[in-house]
Amino acid sequence: MATVPVPVEEVISRFGPSLNFPPAEGYPGRDEPDEVVKTHCCFCGMQCGIKLLVKDNKIVGFEPWEEFPFNEGRLCPKGVQRYLQNNHTDRLLEPLERVEGKGFRPVAWDAALDRVVSEIHRIQARYGPDAFAMLSGVSLTNEKSYLAGKFARVALKTRNLDYNGRLCMVSAGAGNKKAFGLDRASNNFEDLAHAEVVMVCGSNVSETFPTLTHWIWQARDNGAKLIVVDPRLTPIARTADLHLPIRPGRDSALYGAILHQLIKHDWLDHDFIANHTTDFEKAKEAVVGYDLEWAEHTTGIPKEKILKAAQWWGPAKTSFLLHARGIEHHSKGVENVLACINLVLATGRIGKPYCGYATITGQGNGQGGREHGHKCDQLPGNRDIENPEHRKYISSVWGIEEKDLPGKGLTAYEIIEAINRGEIKGLLSICFNPLVSLPNNSIVREALEKLEFYTVIDFFLSETARHADIVLPGSLHEEEDGTVTTAEGRVVRIRKAVNPPGNARTDTSILLEIARRLGAEKYFRFGSSEEIFNELRVASKGGTADYNGITYKKIEDNMGVFWPCPTEDHPGTPRLWEDRKFKTADGKAHFHGVPYREPSEVTDAEFPVILTTGRVVSQYLSGSQTRRIGKLVQQYPEPLLEIHPKLAARLGIQERELVRIVTRRGAAEFPAQLVETIREDTVFVPYHWPGKKSINQLTSGHLDPISKIPEFKVCACRLEPLQRQAPPPGETKAHASA
Amino acid sequence: MNTTTFRTDQEFFLDPQRCIGCHACEMACAECETNGQLPMIHVDYVDRFFTTQTSVQICMHCEDPVCAKACPADAITKDEFGIVHTANTARCIACSNCVNACPFGVPKKIEPMDLMMKCNMCYDRTSAGKKPMCATVCPSGALFYGTREEMGKRRPNSTPVNQFRFGKQSVKTKVNIMMPKGATELVVDEL
Ligand code: SF4
Ligand code: SF4
Ligand code: SF4
Repeated sequence: MATVPVPVEEVISRFGPSLNFPPAEGYPGRDEPDEVVKTHCCFCGMQCGIKLLVKDNKIVGFEPWEEFPFNEGRLCPKGVQRYLQNNHTDRLLEPLERVEGKGFRPVAWDAALDRVVSEIHRIQARYGPDAFAMLSGVSLTNEKSYLAGKFARVALKTRNLDYNGRLCMVSAGAGNKKAFGLDRASNNFEDLAHAEVVMVCGSNVSETFPTLTHWIWQARDNGAKLIVVDPRLTPIARTADLHLPIRPGRDSALYGAILHQLIKHDWLDHDFIANHTTDFEKAKEAVVGYDLEWAEHTTGIPKEKILKAAQWWGPAKTSFLLHARGIEHHSKGVENVLACINLVLATGRIGKPYCGYATITGQGNGQGGREHGHKCDQLPGNRDIENPEHRKYISSVWGIEEKDLPGKGLTAYEIIEAINRGEIKGLLSICFNPLVSLPNNSIVREALEKLEFYTVIDFFLSETARHADIVLPGSLHEEEDGTVTTAEGRVVRIRKAVNPPGNARTDTSILLEIARRLGAEKYFRFGSSEEIFNELRVASKGGTADYNGITYKKIEDNMGVFWPCPTEDHPGTPRLWEDRKFKTADGKAHFHGVPYREPSEVTDAEFPVILTTGRVVSQYLSGSQTRRIGKLVQQYPEPLLEIHPKLAARLGIQERELVRIVTRRGAAEFPAQLVETIREDTVFVPYHWPGKKSINQLTSGHLDPISKIPEFKVCACRLEPLQRQAPPPGETKAHASA
Repeated sequence: MNTTTFRTDQEFFLDPQRCIGCHACEMACAECETNGQLPMIHVDYVDRFFTTQTSVQICMHCEDPVCAKACPADAITKDEFGIVHTANTARCIACSNCVNACPFGVPKKIEPMDLMMKCNMCYDRTSAGKKPMCATVCPSGALFYGTREEMGKRRPNSTPVNQFRFGKQSVKTKVNIMMPKGATELVVDEL
């Protein structure tokens, strides 16, 4: 029973989260660092270039890296403060083992690894190989993602490997594959800066990808019209030419209605549709009845605004459509994505200068992390684990028999459900904090408590890691070489700046050592990250995500290379589809009929208000890293319930009054923040916090049938004012309640 | 000051409209060792009830700095490049005259240190040919440091304005605010 071995407060007092503030005069050595290392931010998919200042094997500060082409030195507050993870007292410095009633006690590496390996053997011998699962994270470099995929299939021999991108961009990935046969942003963001119309669908760009706002505003400086679809007036929506305040969960209705207008007014690229696409008729048929009245009624957006969006989008010569979790985190995320792609294809504005389409990947390596095979249904190079040809090729690269390559496994949320059903008994996780990040997260706690053995590789003791039997201290972003692939599709270099402190080890060396102890050494003879990358190149060769022509040197020389890049003399591909050869079986881009359907949970008399979730600028995802950095925590110390003053007045809710939010999964209390910047029928709570402050206690676990992404962005709730003011904001409380 | 490589062709441009309230500027400013982890730039919501608009305020480096004029201890000085420096620690008597005098509300008295501190346009960086921290990191372009020409190219629809009117008082500054094309003066306060 992997319960937390001692009261959580005790665990927190030893392992944090505690807040790191730099000394007032800064860390010594900034003025004369031993080294200035050009690398990238460890957080979002923008992967801003940054220079880290190193003194005596410590990161003592940063300098903007102004030559890096995407961000030219610009950073968000997380980027500015990211260096503070290195000098952090919460850092795990030695392996730990859980002792019931005593907490976590240090243990030697050998003993820790022996235990891990013997538990893997025991569980697999008793229940079969798939009873031991692995969960990995998309903050991992390409090399580590690739290694995790190979490790799970070849060393652990399990089919049950999945990754936390499952909570992020999988709807976009699945939609992209269906429409284009390939899963990547079609362009680099320079094209965006010159587009005539920019449509941002479900993305709070200014808080989640702040450095991207520069490119959007550059487009506006060049005369672009900006359309933002969001239930909230986010900072980017505030400055938009047109803000469409959509009712959460109704996205595909809006895009269907815009398509209806494009057809009605003949704002279509008939040549492109005829020559380079299929199934336009199906898309058309699906939106026949989607006139403006219907659209206004369904989406809650005034029809004049919807018409205006169509009038701008339709006849434009160039355009760029961007979307993010706002349309992807749904039980019909893939349909939403396809409905957006229909608008791009109908106007033929793709594969041309200043015309593009992209999903904005949320996690640091959200793009690369979905290419190299640590998804349950995928092999490196974005290959399909169920395709015999693909299996044969990867088996040959790995030097195993195809029959020994496990098949498709369960997705992240399904793995948790399978643990709860008693089908999975052991788990290894790396850089994944499902106790905070999964919806309906009380089922995650139950699952962790049911596991016979749970081991974690991480650098801080996350809320989930507190349930581990063995904790293996891994490495920070700046402690290993590697590459990541940015939201643009640009493969960039992560450069090692310091060694892991204490007895911590690099993630790679930990995985390699476990593989060796599992008897798979001969498949894992890697001496460096570059060697792993070189095998990844071969494994990706001929796949849709082809990295074969990318080398570390080429990345260094060019400040990044865009995949696909099939040969070493190939320059890389910043803009896809200029040749009009889509990667689908018939070489065409595919329209899809997207009839609108309701979200999986709609409001009713008992749960009359829509609850939606998202992020704030100072925190990152499950907060495992950012909730340890003092100023980031101070900036937004606790989750607040954003509510429109009219709804608040109807319910008698005052500013900062504690409000109990009740959904079908449970209840939690949050202080109210009255703002006119949200729809009247919707409330919003950010999701970075654990325990009693976790809004994911309440979100629904309904999955998209194709991508299996959970529907974080919409559920039905009831609000009960508690008639007392919330105590002053305090992060400690948020921790202690975990 | 002989060794300075201060680039006189570069200027500071501020476009509060674009501010997304991320606070990266404050955090980056605080990284400067001379500030003791205190930001010299301030970002606030205008009125969170109504809008997500934030306002950002840095020292405008007035041509004729009232803060310096009001300082009885001669602790605040303007240098040959037009930078109005923070109070000289040896001289500042923390009387708050500068705090009250500044039309932009910039100088702040730091109570525990009994000292007034303000932005010195990152003199440690700008005098070494680098750009100020806050402007370098600002992700949205609300802050920009560079040449007038670069700014002109980036913002064809805006004009930099460095002339302000507070009632009858006119103030000219080294720092520019981006205004709609054609504007020449910003009337801050009709007294
Ligand atoms: S979090 Fe994203 S936007 Fe912020 S600095 Fe890091 S990579 Fe850039
Ligand atoms: S110019 Fe430098 S000192 Fe002034 S506010 Fe910006 S970062 Fe701070
Ligand atoms: S960094 Fe720029 S966008 Fe962010 S708060 Fe400061 S001025 Fe505003």
